[in-house]
Amino acid sequence: MSVIFDFLGKSARQNVLDALEKAKSNEQYHALLNLTEKRALERADSVDRGEITGQLAGVPFVVKDNFLAFGAPTTAASKILENFESPLQATAVEKLESEGAICIGKANLDAFAHGGSTENSAFGPTKNAFDMERVAGGSSGGSAVVTALDIVPFALGSDTGGSIRQPASFNGVVGVKPTYGAVSRFGVVAMASSTDVIGAFTTNVADAELIMEIITGHDERDGTTLPDFFKKADVKTNQKIGLIKDFMTSDVDPEVLARTNEYVEKLRAAGHTVEEVELPMAKYALAIYYIVVPAELSSNLARYDGIRYGYRAEGVKTLAELYGKTRDLGFVTENKRRIMIGSYVLSSGFFDAFYLKAQKARTLLINEFDKLFEKYDALIGPVVPTPAFKLGENTADPIRMYLTDIMTVPTSLAGLPALSVPAGTTDAGLPIGVQLMGPRRSDAALLALARQMETK
Amino acid sequence: MTKISSDDVQHLAQLSSLQLSDDEIDSLPTDISNILGYVEQLSELNTDGVEPTYQVTDLENVWRDDVIIDYGISREQLLDLAPDATSDSVKVPKVL
Repeated sequence: MSVIFDFLGKSARQNVLDALEKAKSNEQYHALLNLTEKRALERADSVDRGEITGQLAGVPFVVKDNFLAFGAPTTAASKILENFESPLQATAVEKLESEGAICIGKANLDAFAHGGSTENSAFGPTKNAFDMERVAGGSSGGSAVVTALDIVPFALGSDTGGSIRQPASFNGVVGVKPTYGAVSRFGVVAMASSTDVIGAFTTNVADAELIMEIITGHDERDGTTLPDFFKKADVKTNQKIGLIKDFMTSDVDPEVLARTNEYVEKLRAAGHTVEEVELPMAKYALAIYYIVVPAELSSNLARYDGIRYGYRAEGVKTLAELYGKTRDLGFVTENKRRIMIGSYVLSSGFFDAFYLKAQKARTLLINEFDKLFEKYDALIGPVVPTPAFKLGENTADPIRMYLTDIMTVPTSLAGLPALSVPAGTTDAGLPIGVQLMGPRRSDAALLALARQMETK
Repeated sequence: MTKISSDDVQHLAQLSSLQLSDDEIDSLPTDISNILGYVEQLSELNTDGVEPTYQVTDLENVWRDDVIIDYGISREQLLDLAPDATSDSVKVPKVL
């Protein structure tokens, strides 16, 4: 697979033309919703004329279509934003562009990033890069697949409960979910504000480190960004790493367990100590998540009302009708399901029993992580209980779909950095990722560890 | 276990400013009942005296100067985004 270095010092126009051609010849995967061809070629010419320089000069990339970016509508894979042309760009996109990177298209996702398979896209699902009968994963499925198919060397995604890590695992690429607040979310369609993070897909760890160096950092336009802290690091020797026993149960696919155990052996062979650890609150994490996240997203999605931008339903007489019908036609069923659960858990009679209870349970989960990080440098476990599942396999049962996130939501609720790195495949050739997790702000240390292991 | 009826779903839809399709009116009571049933497992946890976590940054009171930041976007550009607008306002159906 391609690495960023291979694109540097080449004709930017040729890089972009090649990427666009690969995008078009892989249309059957439906990884991209729109190409930004015209703008990409204009920017490529500017790079070739030396007007734009930087660490990524002439390197093509793709953004998940919940990032505001010029050149094509920002749809969030929804009907309500189908034709929304943003007047501004996300900070992460601006930072990449200021280093000369060139966005060539917008990747498919579950509408408003609600889902774990990209099957909730209002424009149809993305297919897995290794088996077209299987899901890409989600919600950042399109971003994972364009990276895995070698259309571009990197892509941006967002991760609220696993939306970068799970598709990275399903498509055999590196997926980075940084510490909460490491990357500005300005200009990214908000889902759950207390867990949303911005991250990247790459084909190798060194490229992930480069992208993180560029996109991380404090942003005055996002009050939740942390002071700058990310700096590429050398790997620390003799690390103590905890293997989360609660993630290694008989509910997990045997091949996923096997690849995880092999990775653990590689860590040991590299001189690190790996011990089994317990995270008893992990089994409650998904329940916490499906209270907190719907609550937050029901508020964040209130802004899509058909008034100031986006789709507005026709033939309505009253304002209430306008809201109702616009949101009926503008959202997919999963959006509505989550908004209504949010309305339920926040309503006055149920607030204490659901929302407040969940936020207290969240504290207990965070306390368990903190305790583990007093003794361990990092934690390891699978990313997802299974390899990529078949299209349609989980769509009839929301809870079965939600359960695919059971090992990614704990770190999201705690705001911790976590990586999905390729750890081999099943006998049938489906990729399997392993998850490395660390304390807050340990992003660079985790990547250094992953980089060391990549060569083993 | 919490059982959500069709009426409950209609009420939640109304609270959420959502109209539902007939299919959704059929499927959502079961879906939402099942999801609430799943999350109710938290009731077995003892959370007495535990402080809730609403955010994980440890940042507090992030202030900025009360000055206008120029994003380079004009009033016309924003009005152009609206589905219905006059030269200086967004148009909506009658409210009252």
